[in-house]
Amino acid sequence: MALAQEGITEAPDLELGRSRLGRWWVAFRNWPVIPIIIIGALVACAIFAPLIANKDPYRGDLFYRNYPPFWYNEFYEANPDDPRFILGTGPQGRDVFSRVVYGARISMTVAAIVLTAGAVGGTVIGLVAGYFGGNVDEILMRFADLTFAVPFILVALVVVIVLGPSLTIIIVLLVAFSWAVFARQVRGEALVLREQDYVSMAKVVGASPVYILYKHLLPGVFNTLMVVASLRVGTLILTESVLSYLGVGVPPPTPAWGAMVSDGRDYISSAWWVTFFPGLAIFLTVLAFNFLGDWLRDKLDPRLRQLAD
Amino acid sequence: MKVFIARRFVYGLAVILLVSFFIFAMSRMAGDPRDLYVDEYTTAESYAAMGRAMGLDKPLVVQYLVWFGNALTGDFGRSLFVRTSALGVITERIPATMQLTVGAFIFALLTGIPLGVVSAVKRGTIWDYIGRTFALYGQALPAFWLGVMLILIFSVELGWLPTSKRGDWTHYVLPSVTLGWGSAAAFVRLTRSAMLEILDSEFVKFARAKGVANQKIIWKHSFRNALIAPLTFAGILLAAFLTGAVVTEQVFAWPGLGRLAVTSVFNNDFPVMTGVVMMFAGFFVAANFIVDMLYALIDPRIRYE
Repeated sequence: MALAQEGITEAPDLELGRSRLGRWWVAFRNWPVIPIIIIGALVACAIFAPLIANKDPYRGDLFYRNYPPFWYNEFYEANPDDPRFILGTGPQGRDVFSRVVYGARISMTVAAIVLTAGAVGGTVIGLVAGYFGGNVDEILMRFADLTFAVPFILVALVVVIVLGPSLTIIIVLLVAFSWAVFARQVRGEALVLREQDYVSMAKVVGASPVYILYKHLLPGVFNTLMVVASLRVGTLILTESVLSYLGVGVPPPTPAWGAMVSDGRDYISSAWWVTFFPGLAIFLTVLAFNFLGDWLRDKLDPRLRQLAD
Repeated sequence: MKVFIARRFVYGLAVILLVSFFIFAMSRMAGDPRDLYVDEYTTAESYAAMGRAMGLDKPLVVQYLVWFGNALTGDFGRSLFVRTSALGVITERIPATMQLTVGAFIFALLTGIPLGVVSAVKRGTIWDYIGRTFALYGQALPAFWLGVMLILIFSVELGWLPTSKRGDWTHYVLPSVTLGWGSAAAFVRLTRSAMLEILDSEFVKFARAKGVANQKIIWKHSFRNALIAPLTFAGILLAAFLTGAVVTEQVFAWPGLGRLAVTSVFNNDFPVMTGVVMMFAGFFVAANFIVDMLYALIDPRIRYE
């Protein structure tokens, strides 16, 4: 019982009698093993991309356009002098595998920066709105509403076409549209926390609002923050890939997964692998993060269940 | 309730105003609008005259008001690409998007709700497993990829359905599924959790104790009540479909508003682009307004927020 309370679910008393395999199975059921493996592989791809990728992701050889993946034996036996490409090549002769590996870098970088900036900004705004209340709250929350009230994709299209596509602009746009989720949730928690006795006491002894927000409110909203952040990663990666699919994301020839799917769209009948693998990468990544987010929510804060619904 | 409606309404107007202001600012940042019309025969005098005719010599605030006034009456100027009224270009695209949206909605309802009900009623069985898997995977699938993969399977490999463009009913299948997929997954999740909650409620237990037939409990007592959540969600879907249409129409070369938005952006066709974005913003705000009203009707607590 004590073990379960501490969140250690690996081997509660009941499971002690199990075989080693049985205990592994329990751990497998209780921990999000597969999502963690996928995310681990992604992070590894993002960090060690130059070591993992066996070809230059940017420079393609036009001689090897739309070459099939390595298991197309008939093709490669007919052309015995050509190099084998792990996942084939795209319409510009660029290696699909290397581009998918480097693509992890773009997705992870964008997700990490946007999430950090969005979470920090959203938390500060949410804490201030919840703690001070009144007009401050009203104004800040109306701004948060605003980000839900306009169609993001179209705003992004307009901005990118006027200012030109770049990684910075994509990140700024995504941050501008992702802080509000954090702000709303944190504000809700802050509203409850500020009524706690220890906050009133802190006020009585003369603690400054900044000190109270930092020392007394922030720790209280931390779990919520983690859960919201982990649930947002998937959406974020999807949104970024949609932008790059539409051609307004990270500018080419940078290997972004969404843009790679769009590269292969016209060759789908002859070279399916160009579209398939980057899309599969997006799908698996989003799925893994969603799984992890669900798991984290159930562990840390089951009250947040409605968030995903 | 009246105060609530009024507040939401004013807020919706404010959003539209802000969007219009944003678009105007963006269009001015893109450069002098005259530059788009200039060719080698343009003299300095005619350039200046053009400026006066377009009101560019007036202060920015006045320019904005003139532009917004025109926009309100549906006058977004002439398309720079096809040289006809921008509004005409936009309105002729509306039916295609509407049909696609209706198709996607029907698909989402017909797959999502039954699967959600079955998944809840037969909890823990293979049906529940299928339902939950679909709900989870549906959210993670990028629509543009799903669309291309459907084309690969059903058009290229099997040759059953056309790859793109509008036409007879077969043209609607793949785009509707692509656009509706994510929403179908959301319907499964919502219907399932609503059904589970109601199947566990006191009045259902009472009905069971009373000896009411299982079918009647499921369909009459539970299903009707469980529908509230998914149906309010349908309003949100409208907004989601609008954004989703941009992507889906791009995949299937579907001649609707979403594709128009993307092509006008790449053609630098500002009048059409501003028109499309304003129209989308209008739909979006209207959809959100309707959802707010529905929620307030169903859940009285919201009205006093």
